Amino acid sequence: MRANVKLFVVAGLLVGLALALLVSPFASSSPDGLEKVAAEEGFDGTSREHDTADSPLADYGVEGVDDERVGTGLAGVIGVLLTFGIGLGLFAAVRALRPGDRSPASSASSA
Amino acid sequence: MHVPDGFFNAATSVGAGVFTAGTLGVSLRKAANDLTDRLTPMAGLVSAFVFALQMLNFPVASGTSGHLLGGALAAVLVGPWTACLCIAVVLLVQGLLFADGGLTAYGLNVLLIGIVPAFVGWGVFRTVRSVAPATKATVVAASGIAAFVSVPVAAAVFAVLYGIGGAVDLSFGTVLGAMVGVHVLVGIGEALITAAVISAVVGVRPDLVYGAQDLTPELELRPSTTTGAA
Repeated sequence: MRANVKLFVVAGLLVGLALALLVSPFASSSPDGLEKVAAEEGFDGTSREHDTADSPLADYGVEGVDDERVGTGLAGVIGVLLTFGIGLGLFAAVRALRPGDRSPASSASSA
Repeated sequence: MHVPDGFFNAATSVGAGVFTAGTLGVSLRKAANDLTDRLTPMAGLVSAFVFALQMLNFPVASGTSGHLLGGALAAVLVGPWTACLCIAVVLLVQGLLFADGGLTAYGLNVLLIGIVPAFVGWGVFRTVRSVAPATKATVVAASGIAAFVSVPVAAAVFAVLYGIGGAVDLSFGTVLGAMVGVHVLVGIGEALITAAVISAVVGVRPDLVYGAQDLTPELELRPSTTTGAA
């Protein structure tokens, strides 16, 4: 059963990576709902440049990759893998805090 | 829906940040109870998958796009508390590395994209399921409805917050109407994507869907409890 969960998660991750690599370069580049409303209602002018605007991955591109679609796809792959790694690390740590479940041999106590 | 730096005054950004920090603190404790051996890797997957789906902007009207928020989707898959943490991770990666979502607006963004959609979505999902037969089809339908509702509600919360502490003095009704109007359309996309993902997962592994656990009564082997009492 647990192996099957791993299989499912790996399969899901591959789908996510495929979406990021192959589909995201063709996503709409129009302003999103909030950006559009901000422009139309005249409150977009107060936005400041992002603190990490110099990041090599800023705005879902990869510094040094000139082809925008390739850059977007690669940035997506990097983002999906990083998010997965950070998420998995966080949730494994949170799971370790689970009360009464620290060692499998003495998991009888329940709160 | 990612709020950049500078849209809100400092007090509102800090206030939202404090509220979000508190909610995430509670989420950590609640998620600890939910995170089983199965749900833990699923929560990592949900975070990564929402990151991918948020890159897929779809056109909603002339010159306007929308993308999945993902709070409702995550809530159905891993429960609302863990969902808040999933979206917080997504926004952290986006804000720190991809220059998306202002760092001073991190609390606002977790609130608008994570907490509000997750709990509104979960509430709608549970309500629809409570009046519908317990089938895979109704789980899919309930998730779609939940996702649809979650987006304009998040847009309305934005308008309320903007009325409280927006950088520009605008009529609350104008911002509310504009935000909800466009986000009803975004919500349709949110509903379709959410229903498609839930349909795919519930089709192959309903036991991995937090909101559909009742469909697969668990016959779990547990270590015999010879020591300790309940």
